[in-house]
Amino acid sequence: MELQTWIYLFVGGTFALYIGIAVWARASTTGDFYVAGKGVHPVANGMATAADWMSAASFISMAGLIAFKGYDASVYLMGWTGGYVLLAMLLAPYLRKFGKFTVPEFIGERYYSQTARVVAVICLIVASITYVIGQMKGVGVAFGRFLEVDFEIGVLVGMSIVFIYAVLGGMKGITYTQIAQYCVLIFAYTIPAIFISLTLTGNPVPQLGLGSELADGSGYLLAKLDTVLTDLGFQAYTVQKGTTLNMVLLTLSLMIGTAGLPHVIIRFFTVPKVRDARASAGWALVFIAILYTTAPAVGSMARLNLITTVNGPDAQGTAYTELPTWFKRWEQTGLLAWYDHNGDGRVQHAAGNAFKGKPKFASVEDGSPLHGSHGERVVTNPGDGKPAEGAPFANEIYVDRDIMVLANPEIADLPFWVIALVAAGGLAAALSTAAGLLLAISSAISHDLLKGIFKPDISEKNELMAGRIAMTGAILVAGYLGMNPPGFAAQVVALAFGLAASSIFPALMMGIFYKKMNNTGAVWGMLTGLGATLIYIFVYKGWLFIPGTNNLPNTPDNWFMGIQPESFGAVGALINFVVAIIVSKLTAAPPEHIQHLVEDIRVPKGAAAATGH
Amino acid sequence: MSGSPQDYWKANIRLVSILLVIWFVVSYLFGIILVDLLNEIRIAGVGLGFWFAQQGSIFTFLILIFVYAKKMNDLDRKFNVHED
Repeated sequence: MELQTWIYLFVGGTFALYIGIAVWARASTTGDFYVAGKGVHPVANGMATAADWMSAASFISMAGLIAFKGYDASVYLMGWTGGYVLLAMLLAPYLRKFGKFTVPEFIGERYYSQTARVVAVICLIVASITYVIGQMKGVGVAFGRFLEVDFEIGVLVGMSIVFIYAVLGGMKGITYTQIAQYCVLIFAYTIPAIFISLTLTGNPVPQLGLGSELADGSGYLLAKLDTVLTDLGFQAYTVQKGTTLNMVLLTLSLMIGTAGLPHVIIRFFTVPKVRDARASAGWALVFIAILYTTAPAVGSMARLNLITTVNGPDAQGTAYTELPTWFKRWEQTGLLAWYDHNGDGRVQHAAGNAFKGKPKFASVEDGSPLHGSHGERVVTNPGDGKPAEGAPFANEIYVDRDIMVLANPEIADLPFWVIALVAAGGLAAALSTAAGLLLAISSAISHDLLKGIFKPDISEKNELMAGRIAMTGAILVAGYLGMNPPGFAAQVVALAFGLAASSIFPALMMGIFYKKMNNTGAVWGMLTGLGATLIYIFVYKGWLFIPGTNNLPNTPDNWFMGIQPESFGAVGALINFVVAIIVSKLTAAPPEHIQHLVEDIRVPKGAAAATGH
Repeated sequence: MSGSPQDYWKANIRLVSILLVIWFVVSYLFGIILVDLLNEIRIAGVGLGFWFAQQGSIFTFLILIFVYAKKMNDLDRKFNVHED
């Protein structure tokens, strides 16, 4: 069978499955819509949480990030998993005991303040919208590369699928679809990894392959990678490149941010009991760890594979015409590019930039790509063609990091159905995260703003309808932004984590662990933590990310104490804690009934006959 | 047996503090701050610090959460604050 047929079969089949689940798991009450009726088994919730959490970025981009950053990418591995420890021990069981529908609802009630609730809603919506743009873009890209349809049509198809199961089923539909999506994405990720590990090291377990000797007898994988990279002028794979302070702070920001992201937290409202919430966080991490411990193996092996394929056995480059077909196939997508700086017809890869910025491809009049004398795509912006310091020759290729996962099955020469599986897996990862985020947004609008503030006497039936309308609106906004991403789309992930880390996490944690925290302290804490983080990011990256509006150049010499903007969320959180505690000491203690509320959520006993009202 | 809610809370804080110290040690200390030192020790082809940063810390996090869940369930029963 043709590759395209396989892809249509896998993608079509998984989509049919998602729609089938949606019809079966329709939501009939607000409880179903917001928290799946609080009847989800902890293991099932763990699996759904894993799919919810692992986005297009985890699936497609993370291994590439590791491949190119080596040891320094450990911050993402630790940061995006260690947050679950905080979530399990500091937040999830208590918020489940509280027994309501949304994160702002807890903040509003615990701090007996509509202002606090509104601040929480704003943080939630900004963090979630920025996140969902990336998912919609991921859906469009996956469609474009694998099914050769237009980016916009890809986004539209993705929107329609999410619309069907999220609007019909709410949290209930999303939960069961996410379970299916997890299965698809984890198979799609691990099968190519197992094959590659087996080929390179002879060990079928990628996690062990990372520490194994190469099958060709040239020593340990990582040692070989260090040697190969330094010979080409790159820094060694396993050594640290950034500063220790930034690595610590970025890891901490990602951990606190993970624990504070509302779309992850609300997943723990869906389990029946407090003890289920504890175990469920563990199960979520089990399912996440399967991918996250495979990623370092994929990253290092893909990097070595790429270099040895391109530079050939004698490490002097391979003639373009003799390169395997995947190189040409991915050249067509623009993720790979070659410019023959030394004119020898061979492709060489070393440290340094082959092009000025991203490659710009030349095309003939009808818009189809222009090909050079070897059949390569012609690029109009080559670099100066001088070897970088320490490199034996000039770098001649551009490699997009995302290719490390997407092209992996082809580089390892795996059958067509594996490639089709990766396409379906990428889509599953993007759709599952998008749906979780959309639910967080729509419940904040229909439950926190509409029912909580503007129209407290709304009937359940009307609130359910409002939830569905809010969901539809959120899908349309996300789809529009996915098709017309603001210029700053790539930067906003740092913003989402910064917001969650500096505003939501401290407010939730103090709400549980510090009985005397009052509304003034919490609101001031959130606002100063959030404000400091936003200002720090904007000063270096431009106000609202508009290019040229930054006050200081975004370089290490200008950073305050050498802290990069992405790492500032942890500092913002610290500011939040300090300000909140000082202000609360100076103002009146919270009323008696709030202190009783805190005492009550600290013990599992009497956990809700779950009410949403 | 059962104790006061204050004792239950203290036992809870003690447990979480111990587990979070381990959480800090495996990731921040072993994986980042002491990475070069630990990389002197090699297990198969991986330096120990590098291994903690990319694999070991994640496996430890998993164990921590399940230990927490088990110990808290025991505490719930001991202080008679469990559900049902």
